[in-house]
Amino acid sequence: MQKEPEQAIATEIAKQNTVTNNNKVIKKLVLIVFGMFGFGFALVPLYDVFCDITGLNGKTNTSAATYNADGIDTSRTITVQFITRNAQGVPWQFEPVINEMKVHPGEMKFVKFYAKNEATHDIVGQAVPSVSPGIAAAYFQKIECFCFTQQPLKASEDVEMGLQFYVDLELPPEVTTLTLSYTLYDVTEKVAS
Amino acid sequence: MTTDVLNETTNDHDSHDEHHDDHKMTGLKRWLYTTNHKDIGTLYLWFSFIMLLTGGALAMVIRAELFQPGLQIVEPDFFNQLTTVHGLIMVFGAIMPAFTGLANWMLPMMIGAPDMALPRLNNWSFWILPFAFGILISSFFMESGAPNFGWTFYAPLSTTYSNGSTAFFVFAVHIMGISSIMGAINIVVTIMNMRAPGMTYMKMPLFVWTFFITAYLLIAVMPVLAGVVTMLLTDTYFGTSFFNAAGGGDPVLFQHIFWFFGHPEVYIMILPAFGIVSTTIPAFSRKKLFGYSSMVYATSSIALLSFIVWAHHMFTTGMPLFGELFFMYCTMLIAVPTGVKVFNWVATMWRGSMTFETPMLFSLAFVILFTIGGFSGLMLAMTPVDFQYHDTYFVVAHFHYVLVTGSLFSIYAACYYWLPKWTGNMYNDSLSKWHFWCSLISVNLLFFPMHFLGLAGMPRRIPDYALQFADFNKWVSIGGFAFGLSQLIFLAVVIKCIRGGEKAPAKPWDGAEGLEWSVASPAPYHTFSTPPKVD
Ligand code: HEM
Ligand SMILES: [Cu+2]
Repeated sequence: MQKEPEQAIATEIAKQNTVTNNNKVIKKLVLIVFGMFGFGFALVPLYDVFCDITGLNGKTNTSAATYNADGIDTSRTITVQFITRNAQGVPWQFEPVINEMKVHPGEMKFVKFYAKNEATHDIVGQAVPSVSPGIAAAYFQKIECFCFTQQPLKASEDVEMGLQFYVDLELPPEVTTLTLSYTLYDVTEKVAS
Repeated sequence: MTTDVLNETTNDHDSHDEHHDDHKMTGLKRWLYTTNHKDIGTLYLWFSFIMLLTGGALAMVIRAELFQPGLQIVEPDFFNQLTTVHGLIMVFGAIMPAFTGLANWMLPMMIGAPDMALPRLNNWSFWILPFAFGILISSFFMESGAPNFGWTFYAPLSTTYSNGSTAFFVFAVHIMGISSIMGAINIVVTIMNMRAPGMTYMKMPLFVWTFFITAYLLIAVMPVLAGVVTMLLTDTYFGTSFFNAAGGGDPVLFQHIFWFFGHPEVYIMILPAFGIVSTTIPAFSRKKLFGYSSMVYATSSIALLSFIVWAHHMFTTGMPLFGELFFMYCTMLIAVPTGVKVFNWVATMWRGSMTFETPMLFSLAFVILFTIGGFSGLMLAMTPVDFQYHDTYFVVAHFHYVLVTGSLFSIYAACYYWLPKWTGNMYNDSLSKWHFWCSLISVNLLFFPMHFLGLAGMPRRIPDYALQFADFNKWVSIGGFAFGLSQLIFLAVVIKCIRGGEKAPAKPWDGAEGLEWSVASPAPYHTFSTPPKVD
């Protein structure tokens, strides 16, 4: 196959153009790749912020709230239930002292949880709270909670741990029952390292 | 005369180059060092077929265990390893590389380009794949065992409760991801810059369009997959707490990030299939594709919508009502462009002079059976009923209909359609019909009863089950063995076709269209060194 000379030159030029064009496109695509890799990680804080604003995943405040309700709404009574759970293999006895209580929105309450390390070695525990239904999480205010800190317990040591809370006056009207669930994790190794 | 002499001199350099390229290396070296798109396409296709058989072998053990209730053959933990690796191999090793192989073989020929835009990168993206799967499969022989946390590798199963295989798994996935990303970049650059003069975007074959869009999806979501497995790695081994509630993380976050990748990923595995049947159905109906531009727009909107439906995999994680409704309606919205496509395929066949060669048979089966999979998808998309169907065999039935009778069948259609172009020989027709009919019957025996098992409450990913599911499972297993064996017929067809057979003309299908049919069969090692004219 013989080409016309002009065509051969044109092909050569076209080839070079393609190379520069290729590099342009590649640069853009590689940028997208790195951008999306970063986006994956950006989802972590975005998710937290999103949940914080909407209270979607039942996460409650992680540091002490201050009491600032205008009075008590005695026209509503909310049932607050307490449940506890040990993450797989945590050898503690861990339970609420009472299982449920009635509260009025705005009313301050104090409850106790009992924990005992049944292992023969020291363990640092960390309880992580979650409220259900999720939309109520933002209205459940903890003024003082053992979950704000870690709980080191020596072998066979036990402790009663306090939780002081109130339910916000703005709690959506459809919520009449609120479940506060604690999951207990063993963080001994994490603390050590 | 004088011009001829001139030509000789100006072209001297060129023709020397061509001569050099033509000189193929032999044996293993040829395949290791090749940058030829046809060679690399062939490598991808063989690799994916080997992976199909490997993943299939694992599935045979799974079905043997599930043949009867009770534990007969494998331990529950090993059973979990089997399902996990089966899923990973089929998704990342069989379906995706098969599509990349088809893209490599066909894209340059369809757009009138001499090769892919980035041939060396192409060589790399293929040759790192065997290592990825080598690592994954070798973990079976390690002390830890293979990954046992499901192909979806939910944290904390893959972190806190991992059997120690997480590092291997993460490393393998990273390599697969890099390979896919490089392949996708190559496809985008090729399509954008290498089209023959006159081939505008809206003149590209639909096959090219679907790969173009798929490549963009890959570039957008494979990095997210890389990100999430990296988080998994650091959570497991370096004490971070992305997904660990004890350290302030959240396991549900894992599912969000994973499915943000995962849902577009399922479209990565089906859009190219749409492109294939949009090529074969017009060819064997002897009509132009009905609604070409609506096909392009439908494909693009499916791709865009796929980014906002991910949480339909998470309806039971305790999302608020608004979220459930949002993801339910968005998911159902995808059925609209999908419906447009099915409508167009049927309209293409309408009053066409249809013939039923093997590629057409697979394409027809695709249209019907993929639609069944789409319908079960719609059922799953309804939040209230998904609470019942989630994590049952109904989901298993759904995704096998879209992936096996969808993606895999389309790949078979493509192989039969282009085998004459690849090998220069016609395949053995009656053997290929055996392959089709055996596959069709067995695949339905295999997956259709799973719908009922799921509706009746049989959970997925279990090695043992309640007695009332025994009869159906027996039939499912028989279907499974039959389907597995039927795929060996395909191997026979391909080997026979490579070895010889009736010589194929340049264009063996009289209704076929496209530049690939303008070159000889088998396609010469180098095609379109000078671009063809497209008008
Ligand atoms: C009409 C379109 C579709 C709809 C509405 C749809 C909907 C769904 C829904 C709601 C689920 C989650 C079920 C559950 O876990 O409870 C699901 C699962 C799944 N779908 Fe689809 N789907 C569609 C098409 C596809 C396609 C085309 C593919 C792939 C080619 C696909 C692959 C999958 C896979 C692999 C899963 C299971 C993931 C897992 O949990 O392992 N789907 N689909
Ligand atoms: Cu999905």
